[in-house]
Amino acid sequence: MPSMPMNVALRSAMDVMLGRDENVVAFGEDVGYFGGVFRATEGLQAKYGSHRVFDTPIAEGGIIGAAVGMCAYGLRPVVEIQFADYVYPGLDQLISEAARLRYRSSAEFTAPLTVRMPCGGGIHGGQTHSQSPESLFTHVCGLKTVMPSNPYDAKGLLIAAIEDNDPVIFLEPKRIYNGPFDGHYDRPIVPWSSHPLGEVPDGYYRVPLGSAAVRRAGEDLTVLTYGTMVHVTEAAVAETGVDAEIIDLRTLLPLDTDTIEASVKKTGRCVIVHEATRTSGFGAELAASVQESCFYQLEAPIERVTGWDTPYPHAQEWDYFPGPARVGAAFTRVMEA
Amino acid sequence: MTEAAPLRFKVPEPPARPGDQPDFSYVGLSEAGSVRRPAVDVDPAAMRDLAYAMIRVLDDNGVAIGPWSPDVTADDLRRGLRAMIKTRVYDDRMQNAQRQGKTSFYIRCTGEEAFAVGQALELGPRDMFFPTYRQQGWLIARDWPLVDMMCQVFSNENDRLHGRQLPVMYSARDVGFFTISGNLGTQYIQAVGWAMAAAIKGDTCISSGVVGEGATAEADFHHALTFASTYQAPVILNVVNNQWAISSFQGIAGGGSSTFAARALGFAIPALRVDGNDYLAVISATRWAAERARANCGPTLIEWVTYRVAPHSSSDDPSRYRPADEWKAWPLGDPIDRLKAHLIVRGEWSDDRHAEQQVEIRDEVQSALKQAESYGTLLDGRVASAKSIFEDVFEVMPQHLQRQRRQLEG
Ligand SMILES: Cc1ncc(C[n+]2csc(CCOP(=O)(O)OP(=O)(O)O)c2C)c(N)n1
Repeated sequence: MPSMPMNVALRSAMDVMLGRDENVVAFGEDVGYFGGVFRATEGLQAKYGSHRVFDTPIAEGGIIGAAVGMCAYGLRPVVEIQFADYVYPGLDQLISEAARLRYRSSAEFTAPLTVRMPCGGGIHGGQTHSQSPESLFTHVCGLKTVMPSNPYDAKGLLIAAIEDNDPVIFLEPKRIYNGPFDGHYDRPIVPWSSHPLGEVPDGYYRVPLGSAAVRRAGEDLTVLTYGTMVHVTEAAVAETGVDAEIIDLRTLLPLDTDTIEASVKKTGRCVIVHEATRTSGFGAELAASVQESCFYQLEAPIERVTGWDTPYPHAQEWDYFPGPARVGAAFTRVMEA
Repeated sequence: MTEAAPLRFKVPEPPARPGDQPDFSYVGLSEAGSVRRPAVDVDPAAMRDLAYAMIRVLDDNGVAIGPWSPDVTADDLRRGLRAMIKTRVYDDRMQNAQRQGKTSFYIRCTGEEAFAVGQALELGPRDMFFPTYRQQGWLIARDWPLVDMMCQVFSNENDRLHGRQLPVMYSARDVGFFTISGNLGTQYIQAVGWAMAAAIKGDTCISSGVVGEGATAEADFHHALTFASTYQAPVILNVVNNQWAISSFQGIAGGGSSTFAARALGFAIPALRVDGNDYLAVISATRWAAERARANCGPTLIEWVTYRVAPHSSSDDPSRYRPADEWKAWPLGDPIDRLKAHLIVRGEWSDDRHAEQQVEIRDEVQSALKQAESYGTLLDGRVASAKSIFEDVFEVMPQHLQRQRRQLEG
């Protein structure tokens, strides 16, 4: 099987779907001729034509609004927001329109739309190229929210998202486009070619939405995490020797509560790790859901390791980023409780 | 009934891609001196043609001609020239520092210096500028300390913004320079709001907002025009049309259908389309719009036609999407060369003085760089303290942030 970085795996997913389904179109800022600032659509315009893959004006509200209109016609748009930090002008079209089209028209109109956007920090992007706004989307009824942690999942999930008949927010942690970053920013970059999940089949396959993956089985505690933080958690496990069960959620909404519940009931301890800010973050939803289903099995308070509740700073990026040391410290607290 | 023809989907294409011959025939030019200059209190309906012409003052020989030729002293022009050169040298040095890893990111304004420098020197000390990330020339023209700018770019211990902001996202209230946002277009309607406030308070100062031609597509641009027109706000609405928005040529923002200046016409906002590489035209058009705003005649939209000679940013490689030598074919030349030629024609400058000044500026920038680097760069990690990231989220730090700050300190 070929090995590919995550941005190439995403390109492969779009390539497969543009080839299989004439109703699939892909567009966004710098997406057409140039192939996107992270190269995720490189070559697709040349292959499928500029009526299927094209550049748009710089207007996120326009991009998402036009996509909703195309959905009404019967297309299946895959749009790119250049950075998740720039999705805000498009929120009205997402929240008030895409998310509710099905409900308000009793399924007369639907929005089978995929909104891709690079998210997360670790590239010295400062406060406007680093955000993780997933909880804004999971809070909206009618949107599905996905965040892959590796190339294999990224491709399979993106295909599933494109085929899904509801709007899907597809968040791509940009720091792991090129390799499985584990938070050790001062060590050499590890490429995806040295990771088993960098192996990606060429053709069509799906990773279903709403199913989590157990990345590591363990007995001591359960870690609920997603995106870049899966790799940071793996590093923390290696460094602390705690026998953690690592659950990569992959899809935040719909959430795979069965996998979560089974694991926490087994281990009796739970740590939640995400890069996004803490207050009203997705971790709060996870913690509430775990205590609802596993309260009597819990042997320690649920811990959250998250970004601080500040804008993402430029120079102090690694003080902000919840690295393996912070995750490991949470393991210790939970094990000692 | 005859069968209807299938509809076609149009996606604009630039005239030249890598390997092609550059072609700027789409840029509508006017002869220097050929465009009329209406009175500043003109009814916008009586000057709609100016949205499609191009105000140019300097002719090919560097002579200032026509009704837009401003009354400006040689001293003032030499200040402008000096600031433009300094901006360019500063940009080159900082781009170099970025390559050396001393900062993470840099944005040059090469070829576009005239607009920001000219407005900085033409507008008043209490007027307010709402820039994008490509108007560092304003700060330099207003003699904002280079060391301070460099410390921001290096995110070092002396950075007044405490390393929080991406490099080049300056803030300098004392010289009328609003904090730069990474989110495109947001500042445009804010400039209008500032001008509305000045009018509400019966003040005498005005504001000036900037947006790139690419970002005119954002809703904030349209909000700005609507509010400016409704309230006749004393604001200059600048569109810097440098032909490229990262990899997207101006046609992707709708430039193929009309000029960007003409966007103002539906709002009955007067529109000027100006040679943005002609320093005298910058002074003159800015003066016209500022006088109009101060006379309670409302907003003006100015499209500055220029060319982004540099890559979009240090993360960009333009040879992937446009001919590498496209800038050489740009019909409006270089703003520094053109102002220099004008001063020489006027008998107020010489090649020798120019060369001398060049050396002097290089030395000045070099010694500022040395000083700024002595306070640290991103390479040596001498940045504002980690715990400082919790400050200024709110005026008073709430308990949850105090708690997080203690956790960070361990
Ligand atoms: C809301 C938003 N969307 C997208 C971006 C990403 N982006 C940064 S600069 C840029 C191009 C801007 O082009 P233009 O407005 O023409 O200004 P120029 O860079 O040419 O000066 C884009 C798309 C952003 N910063 N903000």
